[in-house]
Amino acid sequence: MAVEVRLPTVLRSHAGGSSTVSAEGATVGEVLADLVRNYPGMAGQIVTDDGSLHRFVNVYVDDDDVRYLDQLDTKVADGDTVSILPAVAGG
Amino acid sequence: MLRLPAAVYAEIVAHCLGGLPDEACGLLGGDPASGSVARCYPTPNAAASAKLYTVDSRDVLRADRDAEARGMEIIGVFHSHTHTDAYPSPTDVAQAPDPTWHYVIVSLRDSHPMVRSYRIRGERVDEEPVAVDPR
Repeated sequence: MAVEVRLPTVLRSHAGGSSTVSAEGATVGEVLADLVRNYPGMAGQIVTDDGSLHRFVNVYVDDDDVRYLDQLDTKVADGDTVSILPAVAGG
Repeated sequence: MLRLPAAVYAEIVAHCLGGLPDEACGLLGGDPASGSVARCYPTPNAAASAKLYTVDSRDVLRADRDAEARGMEIIGVFHSHTHTDAYPSPTDVAQAPDPTWHYVIVSLRDSHPMVRSYRIRGERVDEEPVAVDPR
């Protein structure tokens, strides 16, 4: 599956300044792995070393936060948009 | 430098006062190059706490899309401190997602709200001036 990935500003420098790139995969986890293969500077910034979603980012398939779906196992279809945005929280 | 139209400044302070006794929060849309805010996105505090705030992920997405449709970007976040100074807490610094963002903190500790803005790069916190544009 080819999907469009929308990048947050903080990751764009690793993709030559692009706000949107394309990546391949059948699940969100595969798409993010493909993204990191293409743009190694993003390694560790979206998915942690233990294979879970980094708590400082939100990842969506179209309008839905994957944390409310099947996390990294959430399936994607051709033409879906995967958006990565910062998780916004503090004290 | 963070530039806030007077209407946005008023909206930020009103949202923070309206959120008491909990912290209140929201996102700021504008031009990343100039630091000019054009639009305020007040959101609920999903943490519903006087000591923490969380912008629900769906509200982040909604604000991001609206800003993009208007040719802007999300360039920062604001939140209130109900009982402490308008300075980033260790939690704020640890969870600051983007070194290019403006982190606006509204202290409601005293009788008059105090609005301040910071850039946070890693552990480093730099205050920046806030200009309120009277238009």
